[in-house]
Amino acid sequence: MKARVEIFLKPGVLDVQGKAIEAALHGLGFAGVRGVRVGKVITFDLEATDRAGAELEARRMSETLLANQVIETFHIEIAP
Amino acid sequence: MKAAVVVFPGSNCDRDCKVAVERSTGATCELVWHAETDLPAGLDLIILPGGFAHGDYLRCGAMAALSPIMAAVKGAADRGVAVLGICNGFQVLCEAGLLPGALLRNAGLKYVCKPVALTIVNPQSRFTRAYANQDEAIMTIGNGEGNYFAPDPVLDRLEGEGQVVFRYKSNPNGSARDIAGIVNGQGNVMGLMPHPDRAFEPELGSADGALLFRSIALAA
Repeated sequence: MKARVEIFLKPGVLDVQGKAIEAALHGLGFAGVRGVRVGKVITFDLEATDRAGAELEARRMSETLLANQVIETFHIEIAP
Repeated sequence: MKAAVVVFPGSNCDRDCKVAVERSTGATCELVWHAETDLPAGLDLIILPGGFAHGDYLRCGAMAALSPIMAAVKGAADRGVAVLGICNGFQVLCEAGLLPGALLRNAGLKYVCKPVALTIVNPQSRFTRAYANQDEAIMTIGNGEGNYFAPDPVLDRLEGEGQVVFRYKSNPNGSARDIAGIVNGQGNVMGLMPHPDRAFEPELGSADGALLFRSIALAA
């Protein structure tokens, strides 16, 4: 199975990269841009052949290393 | 006093810390590689030094917090041994769950490297008692992700329990409530963004960092 973990800073946690990008977009004339947030995507293959097992494994990885739940949220997608 | 500095791949203040502790207190100080599973016996102080452990990949301190040596560091912390995480070491302690909160990217987005004035908020702590009547200290910061963050209830608890030990007089990085250094509830684990190891002799611009190491030696 293929896993895709998307990680973002929690709403309310200052995302200075997002703010800088937003300011740059405004500078380019994209005046209507609001709420830019920067996240990261981590993809990997799993030996698990069932979706539930793969998701559980990806969740354990996210909780122990991939995301810091003090400041971040994560979202897992599993595909064959 | 007997001290040890943990060396992670990418640590760059490990030797500075060893020299700073030895010259400030007369302690002996060993360097311990992160892949070790045991610490030397009879330690009074364990330092997690500044630098860029594992290249700061994923998040600062995230991989270092899972190093083999960290189980021994946690065990020693539980037994009351003093643990001091400086800069990257502070990030490692937060990632390892030995201290609450996390260090975010600096609010101004820039890496900030300069001497800063600190207020000693808790002069009774195990890390500040040698400052006597001195209520300010000058130390150098050098960080891109030194912006301390914790949820408000956690910040309230830290302040209420005297766990905020150092504050910036002029906030350089957006750190919550001007926090520069905190201790855990037991008072033996400190995370500190400024570098006492870069301010332990007058020739370095400040010798105030030496008093932090001497404070730990007083208790040892």
